[in-house]
Amino acid sequence: MSRKGVNVKIDELKTDVGFIKNFQLSIGKVIEEKWTEPMGPTPFPSLTALREWDMLLLQRYKPFYMPFCDVCCLCTFGKCDLTGNKRGACGINMAAQQSRIVLLACCIGAATHIGHARHLVEHLIEKFGHKYPIDIGGLNVKVEAPVTRLVCGVKPETLGDLEEVLNYVETQLTHLLSVVHTGQEGSNLDFESKVFHAGMVDQVGMEVADIAQIATYGFPKADPEAPLVDLGFGTVNIEKPVILCIGHNVVPSVGIIDYMKENGLDGEIEVCGLCCTAHDTTRYYKRAKIVGPISWQLRFLRSGVSDVVVLDEQCIRTDTLLECQNVKAPVIAASEKNCMGLPNRTNDPTDAIVEDLISGKIPGALILDPEKVGEVAVKVALKVAPLRKKLKAIPEVETVIQRAKECKQCNDCRRACPQDLHIPEAMKAAAEENLAKFADLYELCIGCGRCEEACTVGLPVHSFIVKAGEKKLKEETYKIRAGRGAIQDVEIRNVGSPIVLGEIPGVVAFVGCANYPKGGEEVAEMCTEFANRRYIVVTSGCAAMSAGMYKNGDGKTPYETFTGEFAAGGIVNVGSCVSNSHIAGAAMKIASIFAKRNLRANYEEIADYILNRVGAVGVAWGAMSQKAASIASGFWRLGVPVIVGPHGTKYRRMLLGRSDREEDWYVYDARTGEKVYVGPAPEHLFYAAETKEEAMVMIAKFCMRPNDTTKGRAIKLTHYIDLHNRLYGTMPEDIHLFVRTIADIPVTMKDEIIRILEEKNWKESVIPDPTLLPRMIRQWKE
Amino acid sequence: MEGVKKDMATAEPWQTAEIPGPKKALVITKPEVVVAMIKKAKRPILVVGHKAAETRIGNRRLIDYLIKLAERAAIPVIATAHTISEFSKRGYKPMGLMSAVDIGNRLVDSGWMGVDGKGQYDLALFVGLPYYMEWTILSGLKHFAPNLKTITLDNFYHPHASWSFPNISEKELVENLKTIISKFEEEGGK
Repeated sequence: MSRKGVNVKIDELKTDVGFIKNFQLSIGKVIEEKWTEPMGPTPFPSLTALREWDMLLLQRYKPFYMPFCDVCCLCTFGKCDLTGNKRGACGINMAAQQSRIVLLACCIGAATHIGHARHLVEHLIEKFGHKYPIDIGGLNVKVEAPVTRLVCGVKPETLGDLEEVLNYVETQLTHLLSVVHTGQEGSNLDFESKVFHAGMVDQVGMEVADIAQIATYGFPKADPEAPLVDLGFGTVNIEKPVILCIGHNVVPSVGIIDYMKENGLDGEIEVCGLCCTAHDTTRYYKRAKIVGPISWQLRFLRSGVSDVVVLDEQCIRTDTLLECQNVKAPVIAASEKNCMGLPNRTNDPTDAIVEDLISGKIPGALILDPEKVGEVAVKVALKVAPLRKKLKAIPEVETVIQRAKECKQCNDCRRACPQDLHIPEAMKAAAEENLAKFADLYELCIGCGRCEEACTVGLPVHSFIVKAGEKKLKEETYKIRAGRGAIQDVEIRNVGSPIVLGEIPGVVAFVGCANYPKGGEEVAEMCTEFANRRYIVVTSGCAAMSAGMYKNGDGKTPYETFTGEFAAGGIVNVGSCVSNSHIAGAAMKIASIFAKRNLRANYEEIADYILNRVGAVGVAWGAMSQKAASIASGFWRLGVPVIVGPHGTKYRRMLLGRSDREEDWYVYDARTGEKVYVGPAPEHLFYAAETKEEAMVMIAKFCMRPNDTTKGRAIKLTHYIDLHNRLYGTMPEDIHLFVRTIADIPVTMKDEIIRILEEKNWKESVIPDPTLLPRMIRQWKE
Repeated sequence: MEGVKKDMATAEPWQTAEIPGPKKALVITKPEVVVAMIKKAKRPILVVGHKAAETRIGNRRLIDYLIKLAERAAIPVIATAHTISEFSKRGYKPMGLMSAVDIGNRLVDSGWMGVDGKGQYDLALFVGLPYYMEWTILSGLKHFAPNLKTITLDNFYHPHASWSFPNISEKELVENLKTIISKFEEEGGK
């Protein structure tokens, strides 16, 4: 790291020569320059440092607003009716209001990762010291923190170095959040630029969190052969006491596993997890089990398998305590951010807390010491398990049938269901002793429980679905490769050229939450399709789990079928939400390691490189949260398009290109300065697909980039046309926009495509050295 | 409210919590309203989502009725997502293939001259998108396409449309569609 601050602060000092009070000395930054890469133009960028780049993107990918609410209710002037782009009392119009809410969502999302990172770094520094080295892949990963290098212009070498990085992102986040205040910004596009900024600092925060935990906890270090671990409800051994960890911050889980190991209880207790904590727990301890994504919370809690439930932070059902009380499972809240109304027992003797939890005197406890969490959770699990005997809250079949007869067929459950599931029909069949229709709903249900809240006669509808799907639930036994973390530099060297030339048709990242329109199997299907087509497939978070919850005809999951290498035909699970930074990092490393572009504080150039050359697409098929919004926005600024499922329209705006406007698709040829038409590649920056079929066609299309060689473009077009033919039953209507020269045309389709080109009055164009940045032009043509 | 069903007079969004704001769709109380709107329109378009092919009504699908409507009323069709394949199977060729968000985005552009390049659309009929997706796209049009009227032909109340059926059964929807189609058949098309 090149920047060090020396701060001396003396509150009170009595010496022989005098009395000093409130003395403070700062000796600026001491430069210890070991990193020879020259500093780029935008170290620690401010809110406006990259505004021009943002506006270039926003000029091409304009917002299409779909307001989720017609009014603004953020101040006491309101509610203000903004219908039809009216202005409210503060002067804001509907377009700006929508961008403002997107910014608010992204600030919330970024804050979770950055807060998570701060907690981890502080905890790990306390445990391992400031000087603990950041090694996330030995000699295989020399560019250890590409996002931090690119954004901040610093090269963190130790845990202590990460503090300055966090100081920066926290400052930016405060400024960004302040922008959302009434009367702070008037332009929708300026709001959008700040949305990008929030996404960028979020990426830094995620990277800090993940490299800190990889370096210290011994997670797989950029290992393509990270162990295959158990995934699915059926992998949890219910004969043993079970500790369930939910959330995103692995520290309390580490406390549990360490205590278990230190006390010879390894193997005596099952430790399992839901959501990203589960990923990170298996990265730490390969015998841990991943139950499933976020949507499995209710079904697993009600199954009664967990004897103790440990909560950390983010994406945890806020009614977990109530659900746990129904099955008499004590709860330990382990994060300041999620106290659940429980008494703070952090400073009480362990045995007293254990006794109160076992006796049921308290339903749960807040314990803000991860080591104490470990000891209490293990002791409680051992003692509670024989007492509660896996008490469950799922009714027996006879009860389902009897209670289904109470249904009034009012439809309120269906009208509350985000998926519009035909619950009343299933209820009617159940009353006639047929649970098959409920069983059919099992895989489509996202586990929100809104049906129960809506039920006018108080039926536990979700539990009925789970009971009907119980056989499927218990048969959920899969394998997933534990999150490997970063991509190795050598892997980047191997694939950099074929990606940039287009010969590897693309990198497709399946990320995000589990609010799927038609079940998680669609994610597995898409991953398998693109891995079979020799794309590089990357996964993380809940989507990584869904991708593994499917078996082929040989009984193998995608992670067992495909390699874990970052290579054509690989399916690479990087890990939890914060591991998304490695996906961005891989794109950056292609620019720096393969193309030798300077990374350091050189954001605009690298993003321009990625937009025009790296055929990467993010797919958040079940994106639900504000975190997913901020993760996506980090990719937008970097020039990587993101596709979401149909629920994603509720993010209230898309960023869409217009393929019919030729003027939008010109770039500079860096060799001559000439403006060259390159077609709509990539066509959109943020896009909601209606169906899985549409998503697959669009993934193939959005991987095209202006820099593709003719061979590469022919390969990409082959996949696009093939998927279009198979899933839409027709040839694409826009082929002529993606053929630049006759050599781009896939050989096997030449005659047909030439005929289409003739019909469309197609003209040949040149393949430039593409850039949107005038400063990248090497020599202007005379 | 003579002659109007009780639920028609008190239409509520199909998804209970999808409450929009002060401006809500007028309720289609009789199918003749749709006929009149189509006849009045100079440049109508019918946007059909994938659920139109999934929705089974008796021994037919919703898409079968929509094809008949499009033919009889001479309304050009835009097929979203992979719905094009369902039209092709039935020997019908829509005017255009465009994604739901793309058609929404183009319809808010007053300078867009339509799929055929002949002028701005003044009426868009939507049907068969997932409820929440149609809800959000119609919201975009309500707020940012002031010159466009929208109608949904779903059996759910869509508050963001200009005109919408209330929440009715699929069977009732088909009866309405049959009436609409018959009105164009009686008069030999639009």
